Amino acid sequence: MKIAVCAKYVPEANANRRIDASTKRLDRSGEGALNPFDANAVEEALKARDASGDGEVVIVSVGPERALEAMRRALAMGADRVVLVSDDGAAGSDLVATSRVLAAALERESANLVLFGQQANDSDGAVLWAAVAERLQLPLISQVAELTLEDGKLRGKRQTEYGYDVIEAPLPAVVAVSDAINEPRYPSLKGIMGAKKKPQDTLSLEDLAVDAGEAGEAGSRTTVEALNDPPARGDTIKIDDDGSGAQKIVDFLAEKKAL
Amino acid sequence: MRFLVFVEHHEGKLQKDSLGVLAKAASLGDVEAVVLGQGVQELAADAGRFGAQRVYVMDDVLLDRPLPQPRVDALETLLADNGFDAVLFAATVLSADIAAALAARLGAGLNYDLTDLVVEGDTLVGKRPALGDSVYVDVGWTSEPRLALIRSGTFEAQETGGSAEVVPFESRFQDFSLAATMVEQAHEESEGPSIEDADVIVAGGRGLGGPEGFQQVEELAKALGGAVAATRAVVDAGWYPYSAQIGQTGKVVSPKLYVALGISGAIQHKVGMQSSNVIVSINKDANAPIFEFSDLGVVGDVHEIVPKLTELLNARKS
Repeated sequence: MKIAVCAKYVPEANANRRIDASTKRLDRSGEGALNPFDANAVEEALKARDASGDGEVVIVSVGPERALEAMRRALAMGADRVVLVSDDGAAGSDLVATSRVLAAALERESANLVLFGQQANDSDGAVLWAAVAERLQLPLISQVAELTLEDGKLRGKRQTEYGYDVIEAPLPAVVAVSDAINEPRYPSLKGIMGAKKKPQDTLSLEDLAVDAGEAGEAGSRTTVEALNDPPARGDTIKIDDDGSGAQKIVDFLAEKKAL
Repeated sequence: MRFLVFVEHHEGKLQKDSLGVLAKAASLGDVEAVVLGQGVQELAADAGRFGAQRVYVMDDVLLDRPLPQPRVDALETLLADNGFDAVLFAATVLSADIAAALAARLGAGLNYDLTDLVVEGDTLVGKRPALGDSVYVDVGWTSEPRLALIRSGTFEAQETGGSAEVVPFESRFQDFSLAATMVEQAHEESEGPSIEDADVIVAGGRGLGGPEGFQQVEELAKALGGAVAATRAVVDAGWYPYSAQIGQTGKVVSPKLYVALGISGAIQHKVGMQSSNVIVSINKDANAPIFEFSDLGVVGDVHEIVPKLTELLNARKS
């Protein structure tokens, strides 16, 4: 069983995130990390690989060269190798362009299963898998909270606005998992030590035979026109609990006449 | 500007958010709707009462279940013959998948999570809150049709009392679009007390540590005379029933008081409770987004603060 996990390089959770006013793109100059939601997809892939007895988990990402370091976390968790598409021509890609590049990288892998995490924690994007499934012409199940694989097909339980659906699809297929599906493992020291030695390939757009006009801003069909301040809202009173937190809540509620 | 709105439906009812998007589009230009499903002809006509001038309907057994990929085929067919400037979707689990796959199919730009649309001359501008709603981005499109996903709960439906011309159409399906099949479909759960009418809601998230953490939530809710609610993460994990879930794929509430315990405040949760009158949150992570839209935020351990709070409130009552 070969499983590809699509993973994104995002700014560190504690980084002060900002959009660069001149490029109108997210400032990625600070420390980066594996998108935490993608760790759930990596975990699910490792479980599926180990249950099937053989196979491989390959991490596929599109991002700057230094994304490789962040992707090593997935290798340390137990993934087998990384394919990173890194090309200046892919920077600034929107959904249409990113899905084109990512699908081209995935086509080279011909995995039985393509997994995504539930969202990117920088852009809050939660749509890429559907565009990729479309380009690969594969069945799609999103928001999967429980995944079962057997006999060349999969069954996913997912939450919608109305409760839980159960959907089946033959493999190969594209699945986006929710963050409730599992608790991602922490990499072991041995895993971290071994991660550097695992295969890590960097590909260009040319390697993937993707035209310059299909990627980056040239291949994108949406634009960012302006950045504005959010509408004003009342200030938050934020306090650290020093043992008097409960009393302060009671006082606050009394003052707001909320009791 | 000519808009097409994808109108979703569930168990014989048009979905409220789709009708809200219909009302918004009607205020911006000419608006038509599309309804896809099986046995939906009559239901589709209903979109006329909410501002659609014309409703395209595809009634097909293969559209019986709410799966995205067959709907991409149907929309591609419809869009090939009609010159729409923009196609709008109210964001749901189903429509987000449809819109993104359609974007790839047509090579058309998709902007998502929009909270407003403005027409300036013949330009459409979308407004998108980004980075935890700390910056509002104006977004545009460089191709047609422009595809847009509108954040749930953004626009109110408006009954105009009009009627729509119903136009049936047919489409072929791609093989891969029919590969996934739904073996169980979700039904609205009706058991349990309604949290939508409660004046006070006490909600618990993953920070409670486990299902047993809800005992504290229930005790605090009792002391405040309120109802208990939960986040998607803990409902999916089986800690609390789905009927109590707040958020994009749960209930949207606006109580007088909302107390968030161990909830980080992801967008999925925020859209379900942000219009609450007073929001109080307790979370041990000082950087949790929930603090950005709370009136009072306490950085601390829920397991320490909540029992004390319950005790203080009970003492106050007696």
